[in-house]
Amino acid sequence: MADKKLRLAVLMAGACGGCDMAIVDISETLVDVLPSLEVVFWAPTVADVKYKDLEAMPDKSIDVGLISGMIRLDEHEHMCKVMRAKCNVIVAYGACAAMGGIPGMANMHTKEEIFQTAYFDTFSTDNPEGVTPQPSYLLDGKYDLTLPTFYPYVRPIQSVIDVDFFLGGCPPHHSVVLNALVAILKGELPPKGSWITNGKAVCDVCVRNPRNTDEKREMVKEVRRTIDGDPDENKCLLQQGYMCLGPITQGDCGALCPKVNIPCAGCGGPIPGVKDFGLRAVSAIASLMDNEDLVNQIPSPVKLFYRYSLPSSMLGKKVKKV
Amino acid sequence: MALTKIEINPMTRLEGHGKISMFLDEKGNVDNAFFQVVELRGYERFLQGMPIEEVPRTVSTICGVCRAVHFTASMKASDGVYNVEPTPTARKIREIFFNAHYVEDHAAILYALGFPDFVVGPTANPAERNLIGLVNAVGAETGKLVLRKRYAAVKVLEMLGGKPIHPVAALPGGWSKRVTQDERKEIMALAEEMVELGQLTLKIFGDVVLNNPEYVKLVTGDVYKVVTNYLGSVDENDKVAFYEGTQKFIDTNGKEIARFKGKEYLDYIAERVLPWSYLKMPYMKQKGWKGVVDGPDTSLYSVGPLPRLNVASGMPTPLAQEAYEKMFSVFGHKPVHNIMGYHWARAIELLCAAENIRELAKDETLCNPEVRSKLGPASEGVGIVEAPRGTLIHHYVTDEKGIVEKANIVVATTHNKGPINVAVKRAAQNFIKDGVINEGLLNMVELAYRPYDLCLACATHALPGHDPLQIDIYDHEGKPYKTLKNF
Repeated sequence: MADKKLRLAVLMAGACGGCDMAIVDISETLVDVLPSLEVVFWAPTVADVKYKDLEAMPDKSIDVGLISGMIRLDEHEHMCKVMRAKCNVIVAYGACAAMGGIPGMANMHTKEEIFQTAYFDTFSTDNPEGVTPQPSYLLDGKYDLTLPTFYPYVRPIQSVIDVDFFLGGCPPHHSVVLNALVAILKGELPPKGSWITNGKAVCDVCVRNPRNTDEKREMVKEVRRTIDGDPDENKCLLQQGYMCLGPITQGDCGALCPKVNIPCAGCGGPIPGVKDFGLRAVSAIASLMDNEDLVNQIPSPVKLFYRYSLPSSMLGKKVKKV
Repeated sequence: MALTKIEINPMTRLEGHGKISMFLDEKGNVDNAFFQVVELRGYERFLQGMPIEEVPRTVSTICGVCRAVHFTASMKASDGVYNVEPTPTARKIREIFFNAHYVEDHAAILYALGFPDFVVGPTANPAERNLIGLVNAVGAETGKLVLRKRYAAVKVLEMLGGKPIHPVAALPGGWSKRVTQDERKEIMALAEEMVELGQLTLKIFGDVVLNNPEYVKLVTGDVYKVVTNYLGSVDENDKVAFYEGTQKFIDTNGKEIARFKGKEYLDYIAERVLPWSYLKMPYMKQKGWKGVVDGPDTSLYSVGPLPRLNVASGMPTPLAQEAYEKMFSVFGHKPVHNIMGYHWARAIELLCAAENIRELAKDETLCNPEVRSKLGPASEGVGIVEAPRGTLIHHYVTDEKGIVEKANIVVATTHNKGPINVAVKRAAQNFIKDGVINEGLLNMVELAYRPYDLCLACATHALPGHDPLQIDIYDHEGKPYKTLKNF
């Protein structure tokens, strides 16, 4: 470990707090790491330092900045840019920051469609005056109330700032976070633009992989949902017809989902060398199919193959019908 | 009337950033105050088209702090979609899992948010009034002990749920993971640690708060009092229920006014859309929309630890029951409208959840292999659980293949939107008088919303015990006048 404390900043953009909790879950060990770190900013979750204080810090005065969450509001974009200016190294921390994440599935809909559902169509909604939240609203003629601007689409952070490293997982497992923190502290980071990863796929670390059990890999002969039958707990889920994205997903998690009989959904991000997760997933799964018709049996393919990565795909947003 | 606007921005809250806007009249007294939630992600829309069995692990990401609650509520809704009950074994696994979430979450909230105000002190240096200050105050060894015992719950979550945050093992009518005898024994041992954590937490609360007359006054006095109706779930013995029960409403005097289950929620709850907040404001439908006011005629209701203890006649476990009796004997009345009581109730529930796990893990049938039920035809389902922050409702309509067509989610913190607004306004009107504003105001405002927690603040409730606040004051022409901050 370096003698000098490493200056660290953590920002939550459009996130759920899971990435922050993954740091908390390091638990006791975190107390051991803390003496090597100087947390200069951790907002809005943990530290007392505010946005304006970060803005006032000298440029490049922070060693490493972790950003979790996607970009949905003007405020998210602004704060990512401030982080970029102040930090020497920026890590897109977790699936949302790196790929857009689950909230990125909103890109299949316009802002108007999302508002229509939330403020008009949902069962318990009461909206007699037909209002929607406004960026600026004068209530009772005297209370001027403002809200941040809601962008039309979700974006991953590299679409608004330059990112040095990526860390997958929704959220990254606390052991992965600890390993990354130690790698950062030791200065043992991969080349700029890389994911911080062990480089293996979920299949590589999955005990069900036929290669790991010396069995022959077979083609997928049927498409099954997790509600369709009880999988053999010792056999490859994909081979049994369950759409597991283990072949193209980074396996830093140690194949946690297949361990409890649930197929991998791709939260770890793409294996090295893959840019568009969903496209590669389509290609990988399709090539394992016994016949072409099976492809049509996959329900909701976009929400399977692009569950965590739609905003960072080449498709990116809703396709307009012409 | 020329009003001066004061914004508290950001206050931390669920998925992003929220703020409080206060308006001062010409005399410098608070005319009105608004609690604004400033983000929306649109889950109810983009869940459409998704297979229902994929929904639990997807909606889990609504909040990473409430890691198991949206997951559990939507899993229960998926049971309803297929008109199926989980097998007895699956039900036990789910309950252990859900109670483990209570232990880790209530612990995170109390030690990070609730206790620092009392252990470090409500008027202490804000920079020290957080978890780190708390650890300094109680000593690193005690701090580590608490973290270690809380981690026992995280371990159970990972063992049963797959991933410790955003779990994956839900299935309609069941659970994907079977439990071995070794795992059951491990859970039994971990449960002992969790019970110890619950007892330690109540002891700390007793030592620090109840032994200090000033704090007792803060907890039982009128400054932080919001008079609303209450909603919580009870079991067949009218005791507090977390995973499953009947939803019970009481009025401001404690009189039962309604009970409902499942889809009947639509007969009792409506969510008003507001033009000044992305978050809607629920109210009791029968009473009609009466605006953002508390008191005997209010149509607002509160949910969460204190409301649960208010609506129920007791706790389902012996140690928690003792603590429950002590709490109401100190207050001397029921229901308790003093919102600082949320913290106390939270500590009691932590112990209760740990006791629940200890009891459930004793049962050897936990290791039975039957964890999946045969599914019926798909249609519609409502799942309701008591999340640590309060009643959580997930409602789905699917096509015959179980593909979601409509989704409706009423989140615990949403129910509390109105009461939080009242609490914040009351605190503001209490402490801002004649234009006199000082730094002490900041923590007094924080104290008003903090008990509700926390799901307001995925963020806030993660650690600090202290929300960084900045108050920007503008004059009636909108020009910057003064900035105050507590950091």
